[in-house]
Amino acid sequence: MFDSFSLVQLQQLWWIIVSTIGALFVFLTFVQGGQSLLSSVARNDLEKSLVINSLGRKWLLTFTTLILFGITLFAAFPLFYATSFGGAYWVWISILFTFVLQAVSFEFRKKPGSLLGARTYERFLFFNGTIGILLIGIVLATFFSGSSFQLDDYNLVLWQHPMRGLEAGMIFFNVALGLFLVFLSRTLGALYLLNNIDFRLDLVKDMEKRLRKAAVSNLTASIPFLLYFMVGLLTREGFAVIPETGNVFMESGKYLQNLKAMPDVLAMLAAGLLLVVFGALSARRASSTSGIWFSGFGSFLVTLALFLTAGLNNSAFYPSHFDLNSSLSIYNGSSSRYTLAAMSYIGLAIPIVLAYIVYCWRKMDKEKLSTGEVSDFTAKEIY
Amino acid sequence: MTLLKDLTMVDWARAQFALTAMYHWLFVPLTLGLSWLIAFFETFYVKTGNEEWKRITKFWMMLFGINFAIAVASGIILVFEFGTNWSNFAWMAGDIFGPLLAAAGIFAFFLMASFFGVMLFGWDRVSKKEHLFATWMVALGSNLSALWILVANAWMQHPIGVAFNPDKARFEMQNFWEVLLSPVAISKFTHATSSSFLVASLFVLAVSSWFLLKGRHTDIAKKSILVAAIFGLLSSVFVSITGNQSAYLNAKHQPMKLAASEGLYDGEKGAGLVAAGILNPEKRPNDDSSPFLHEIKIPGLLSLLANREPGSFVPGINDLVYGNREHTIMGIDKKIKKGEIAVELLSQYKTAKKEKNETRAKISLANFKKYEEYLGFGYLQNPEEAVPPIGLTFYSFHIMVTLGALFPVIFLLYLYYTYKDSITEKKWLLRFGLFSLFLGYVAGQAGWIVAEVGRQPWAIQNILPVSVARSNLSTGTVQTTFFLFLFLFTVLLIAEIRIMLKQIQIGPETPRED
Repeated sequence: MFDSFSLVQLQQLWWIIVSTIGALFVFLTFVQGGQSLLSSVARNDLEKSLVINSLGRKWLLTFTTLILFGITLFAAFPLFYATSFGGAYWVWISILFTFVLQAVSFEFRKKPGSLLGARTYERFLFFNGTIGILLIGIVLATFFSGSSFQLDDYNLVLWQHPMRGLEAGMIFFNVALGLFLVFLSRTLGALYLLNNIDFRLDLVKDMEKRLRKAAVSNLTASIPFLLYFMVGLLTREGFAVIPETGNVFMESGKYLQNLKAMPDVLAMLAAGLLLVVFGALSARRASSTSGIWFSGFGSFLVTLALFLTAGLNNSAFYPSHFDLNSSLSIYNGSSSRYTLAAMSYIGLAIPIVLAYIVYCWRKMDKEKLSTGEVSDFTAKEIY
Repeated sequence: MTLLKDLTMVDWARAQFALTAMYHWLFVPLTLGLSWLIAFFETFYVKTGNEEWKRITKFWMMLFGINFAIAVASGIILVFEFGTNWSNFAWMAGDIFGPLLAAAGIFAFFLMASFFGVMLFGWDRVSKKEHLFATWMVALGSNLSALWILVANAWMQHPIGVAFNPDKARFEMQNFWEVLLSPVAISKFTHATSSSFLVASLFVLAVSSWFLLKGRHTDIAKKSILVAAIFGLLSSVFVSITGNQSAYLNAKHQPMKLAASEGLYDGEKGAGLVAAGILNPEKRPNDDSSPFLHEIKIPGLLSLLANREPGSFVPGINDLVYGNREHTIMGIDKKIKKGEIAVELLSQYKTAKKEKNETRAKISLANFKKYEEYLGFGYLQNPEEAVPPIGLTFYSFHIMVTLGALFPVIFLLYLYYTYKDSITEKKWLLRFGLFSLFLGYVAGQAGWIVAEVGRQPWAIQNILPVSVARSNLSTGTVQTTFFLFLFLFTVLLIAEIRIMLKQIQIGPETPRED
């Protein structure tokens, strides 16, 4: 089936697949958002336990999606993997560092003998939920603003800034996307907790109120950064590529042109933004617990639209403003046609994967997490 | 090219990879093996309805969860290190290596991630059978992820199913099935997973032995010992068989690794296997000194192991480095010369392409094809660089083999005394059982040292040396992250051990009185 696809078709297909995984990751960052909300919405041990145990049942899914995002980029666009990870070294190491800390924190936090104490592991979770997401947003913004590198004849990257990727944090356009993602993840985190925890007992009614407030206030806080980023994106010069020659040039209003040329993507972006807002505002209604699905799907659509804008319609998705022709596009950065086709067959398993993720999710979330469940301190599986 | 040959940064990058891989391999064997043991325990629970099996399952599952978290944490660094520290490898081998990792993600990681939550937290949320299914899926997912990662590692040991693309200066996959079903991949997977099952069985024996020594949870401990001893015995036999196959494949595809593992400098017909020995630290390739200060050899066994024929010739380090006409072995010195020609022709081809001189490009490419297979050798500075660190490889190999021979005896003794119902009285065995867990980890680490140090200086055997595979980073940068990860993983390891010990001390849940 995929053997009949042209190289360009396979490159586009894999950019869409990678973008979808990236967009799923952004939806799943409700875990990080919840982590960063912990100290502000949970005021006592019981509330903390509820938040941590609710998030603790999903953290591995988010973590695995991030890994899958990284390794599908490696598989489909190895030159990006080599260039970005080997070049923007410090920003990636910093991101990884926060995720290593997250991976142990849920399991270790409340266990006796944990060496560092519960508060330290909670700080690790906060660190991952804020700095980790901020840095990811900054890296994603460089897909539009560019980085400072050059590739030699053998495609070895020569990074031109001593801060090795962290310099992207000095450009407000990049930081704006990072901050938007931080506040978006906090909005999603609040909505997820509202959906996942059983608030029927009076004991936790106050936390419910705080979560409802947090969903709206974090959405409000995210809007200026989103606007700054979107205006910057739609008015800036973009990195356009001529597929036949591989030459990269600056085109004014490139990303606005991309959206005009791909109305489906534009519709996705608009619908996504509306859904995010609708989901978050629905938290104001005392009975509403389904905001996560609207805002979650909305954030998925927004991220997918951004990725597609960055990589399709003859754009360089990992541009270099130091040497335009070192910029990476889906054409020069991809694996071979054989490998992309072989991976497409492997990718046919993705619907099965999604099916059992949904199965497990539904089974585990059929009943909401109750105070009784996390108060059973004899149960060793409690975080 | 000066940049590519700056080995100082490479040494730090290798040290960092070794550090993260060795830490990761402290946790992975337990994940791989304990997941099956938990599945067995829970199956007994579902089949018999005996609540004690449930308590056993939950106890080992809780230890599994603690270990799993840190295994995941150390794993993410390893995956991304291919990009951060070995970016040229990521580009040159990404066409093959990337899809294997992606397959691990699609087929295995999500299986683990999705069912892990059900397994750990789903006792009261799903039916008994659904929970058992989740536990088996976690075991399957963990081991499937090992499959893809070990296939990727095996490809680095024996790169097949690929071709070099001079336009892109990288290797490209030609045959996915050849990569997946390579005999080295099958051997690697079966050997690494069965050795992990062995370590996990030793873990269960050690913890259960402690319970018996303390006179606590004796029924649970005895039941756990019975299952772990059977699983461990079968695994240890399988480890020996697959280890034998591994040595045979090394002789075929990585003869230098086998020669270094045995401290064999001059090839021999009917070569003997060193049962025990102390290397001469002054010995260098091509000098007249003796390779050993002391040695005990079993005649003909190395030839039998390497070629399945007791009288056959096994090449030594000198034969491989300087060549052996009688046995038609081309020396590394000659391969380097051919490799240097390949490097030069590739450069000429690239220049001609850049200048759009198609005639010159065509000639350069045709000439390059003649020398292409030696391209990697062109980046070695001298023939001796192709010799891996002999001391580390030799001693690691012998520690691994000696311990590998000891483990089946331990499992047999446990089984025998369990069968005789006198295990609680054999304090010496229980104490040794405690210590044997440490030996299991030593054997596992030693095995990876043989596999990875024995492959040096190659990132991909014979085609990509580590000096070319690296990223363009300063030594100080890699040094900094080396110490960062050393500190981080050491703290996390201490925390993990403390938590584990505390949980073992607390023991399984006490039965609830209804």
